Amino acid sequence: MAVTAFSLVRIHNLFAAVMMLGIYSLLAAVLYVVMDAVDVAFTEAAVGAGISTVLMLGTLALTTRMDKEAKPLVPVPLAIVTATGALLIYATLDMPHYGDPGAPIHHHVGPYYIEKSASEVGPPNIVTSVLASYRGYDTLGEVTVVFTAAVGVMALIGRSRRRKKPDPKSENHGRKEQQA
Amino acid sequence: METFYGLFNYWIVIVLMMMGFYMVIAQHNLIKKIIGLNVFQVSVFVFYISMSKIKGGTAPILTDGIEIYSNPLPHVLILTAIVVGVATTALGLALTVRIKDAFDTIEDDEIAILEKEDQERERGTIS
Repeated sequence: MAVTAFSLVRIHNLFAAVMMLGIYSLLAAVLYVVMDAVDVAFTEAAVGAGISTVLMLGTLALTTRMDKEAKPLVPVPLAIVTATGALLIYATLDMPHYGDPGAPIHHHVGPYYIEKSASEVGPPNIVTSVLASYRGYDTLGEVTVVFTAAVGVMALIGRSRRRKKPDPKSENHGRKEQQA
Repeated sequence: METFYGLFNYWIVIVLMMMGFYMVIAQHNLIKKIIGLNVFQVSVFVFYISMSKIKGGTAPILTDGIEIYSNPLPHVLILTAIVVGVATTALGLALTVRIKDAFDTIEDDEIAILEKEDQERERGTIS
């Protein structure tokens, strides 16, 4: 996965970069399955690897395929990135170890959901009951964000394109967004 | 050695995250910036999911005879975040398309030059 990400930094053919992003996304989905998050893996594979790639390809069709030229690694951003990374790695030394059942995250509302969701909400999939019931407002907010994004996309490219020349691609773009 | 295995997941996340960060600040192509943003995003998702894992636990779907489940809460949050991430990506890509229409390029250094020329031209006509 790190190799894929690194190739993303260096690659200059945008089409290849988008394909690599899809692979990266799918690898992330595999990783989620390994770490017991099956619902998240479904979503990542369908939305992250699927719809994102389609949107990116649509944009490439409307803009350009190639990055400008091969650039060497730029020193200043590289220094910033390395410094930030080093700080973050230093910060992880205080983090609970991977898979540790004593980590603080597992002693908050998590156990409550696991114990009570079957009797209080019903479905055997705890993620579903938390998403739809305990954290219903989050999901409402999510829908609002997606709606706003859909409206924004349509306002940005729907009307002006149609006025200039009828372009079926841009309309498709808006519609796909609504499905997301 | 135990520290190494215990924290290895965080280090992977940080390496990925920094690659995304580098792409966002160093690349001039707008689409590559958005790709970098996506790489960054996915690294954060992996971070959350790896925190929810419990050793010996299974996926949080209630089944008879299983005692330990992974924490379902981060899964829910990331489920929401993935969808929101795609929505923001779509908005960014739409902006890119509009910028391509307006400036005929999607390299931000070229756009900066064009903008400067525009401003100078305007100042010239006013004074």
